[in-house]
Amino acid sequence: MTKVFTAGTSAATAPRARAERPPWQERPTVAGRSAKGGAIGGVLAVMLVPLWIVVVTSLSAPDVVNRAGGLVVWPDGLTFQAYREILTDPTVRTALSVSLGVAVIGTALSMVVSVLCAYGLSRPGSPGHRLILVLLIVTMFVGGGLIPTFLVVTGLGGYGRWWALILPSAVSVFNILVLRSFYAKTSGELIDAARMDGAGDWRILWSVVLPTSRAVTAVIALFYAVGYWNSFFNVMLYLPTDSEKWPLQYVLLTYVNRGAGMPGSVNAGFGMAHARTAPLSTQMAVVVLTLVPLLVVYPFVQKHLRTGVLTGAVKG
Amino acid sequence: MSASHTRQERPGLRIRLRRDRSLLIMVVPAAVLLLVFNYAPLFGLLTAFQYYDPPAGVWNSEWAGFEQFRRLFADPLFWGALRNTLYLSLVQLVLFFPIPIALALLLNSVLGVRVRNFVQSVVYLPHFFSWVLVITIFQQMLGGAGALNQFLRSHDLQTWDITTNPGTFVLLVTSQVVWKEAGWGIVVFLAALSAMNPGLYEAAAVDGAGPFRRMWHITLPGLRGVIVLMLVLRLGGALSVGFEQFLIQRDAVGHETAEVLDTYAFYYGIATGDYSLGAAAGLFKSVISLLLIWGANRIAHSFGEDGLYRR
Repeated sequence: MTKVFTAGTSAATAPRARAERPPWQERPTVAGRSAKGGAIGGVLAVMLVPLWIVVVTSLSAPDVVNRAGGLVVWPDGLTFQAYREILTDPTVRTALSVSLGVAVIGTALSMVVSVLCAYGLSRPGSPGHRLILVLLIVTMFVGGGLIPTFLVVTGLGGYGRWWALILPSAVSVFNILVLRSFYAKTSGELIDAARMDGAGDWRILWSVVLPTSRAVTAVIALFYAVGYWNSFFNVMLYLPTDSEKWPLQYVLLTYVNRGAGMPGSVNAGFGMAHARTAPLSTQMAVVVLTLVPLLVVYPFVQKHLRTGVLTGAVKG
Repeated sequence: MSASHTRQERPGLRIRLRRDRSLLIMVVPAAVLLLVFNYAPLFGLLTAFQYYDPPAGVWNSEWAGFEQFRRLFADPLFWGALRNTLYLSLVQLVLFFPIPIALALLLNSVLGVRVRNFVQSVVYLPHFFSWVLVITIFQQMLGGAGALNQFLRSHDLQTWDITTNPGTFVLLVTSQVVWKEAGWGIVVFLAALSAMNPGLYEAAAVDGAGPFRRMWHITLPGLRGVIVLMLVLRLGGALSVGFEQFLIQRDAVGHETAEVLDTYAFYYGIATGDYSLGAAAGLFKSVISLLLIWGANRIAHSFGEDGLYRR
């Protein structure tokens, strides 16, 4: 499997750690270099420092948090206490399984539907593919909007059901267009050779096209998974009252952002303004928990993001 | 776009249908989902011209003509939401738009491949964060009990709660957008930069053009097409400033500053059950957005650029 990857990417990244400065380019001045370094350092700090503070606070004991007067910047003894607490909290546990379930099932469904559609529209000369493509692209610019969509989903009985979190957003036309532009570039000779060997389109998709486009598949799967994992508004629309069915983002919003007490903690109930807010380290642990799946997956996909998977398709 | 016209002879439709029936079957699931969740709501837009009554449904509700639009345009809250939306869009255009370009130029000038890859991976990351998460992080950093005020308090300085202050709300939401999306925004510009012809730079340098003149006369003209495309998209989306972003923060700063068209449609359409009014607000937004895209494209064409679609 690595062979396929490196074939596409090594030329761009792997061999040299430092690109050669072309001979005509001026030697960088000390001032220029330090300005550039400072700018890049600043950008990195703005991105990473808040994450660092959140993670460190989530790993700090309550007395360390108290001494720091809130968020902890420098770690002083690390503990997983907050994580043990939230992972035994029934609300968070349910939310975690809801989020994971929606993300896994949703991504699987979206990928199957999108890959099939993209391949189905990628072969030149197939009947009607241009018309279908236009009908797809139209939906990117013309839509019913919030309320008509809400009425359709509730009309189909989606109110309070899981599928309302998945099906309405299962197809992203943009993602299909990205996949399609890659499949369209798959070597025609390879496909013709497979056809000579008697392979049908299903077979070609599975054993020729998919194996040669793993990078784009990984990126699109990340897009879908992140979309499902992050979705929160459709929970507000379709499952607003039933805290048993809330995904993690909604728990984060309610207990951290809005500071409502966690149902698991003492005498707290959602909706009571005076309910005890969870300790800061616990709150930050919930924040980190919503990040963990992304941080697990991201390292495997980020190199494909860099190597221009998307750019070919921007102007579908 | 596709190579169909390069095929020499086209077999008849019958033959092609039979040959490609698996291809057509593959399209069916996506087509069905789009029909149900994207095309069917278009018929739901009829509710904007009705006194929509949920039990009666779209088919049996009473027709209202343009009554809902009359109500909409008579509602000062709607005009407030429209004004907020346009104002926030404009501020974001001015403050956000140049940042990804500058960041891409900066990154492109870094020779070390490892540094470049690392920075790229880091700045792409927040694009994948949810709005709930981004706003929570901002709240923890800049809010009343956040890191900034914690620091100010411990040094006996005046505290400053940025997250609930309507006066600075524009800057707050813009910096949230910058933090989350500016890094991701460089993708298209980096691609355009890497497609640039290095020979041009060499020739210019040989002719005595310094780094800034090379940037002004080669790099920026080379990016013009992408910049115009991004501007067209931006203008088309002028009426959709981050919906979830405002929904989450609306209560903290009050609806006078944080109500935008989308939250207006949500609160007065779904939360209060006045579906027809909300649908009218949504339809108004879609029509104006389409006009904006079309207009922006006309302008792009008149400058000799492709814009979103070609002439």
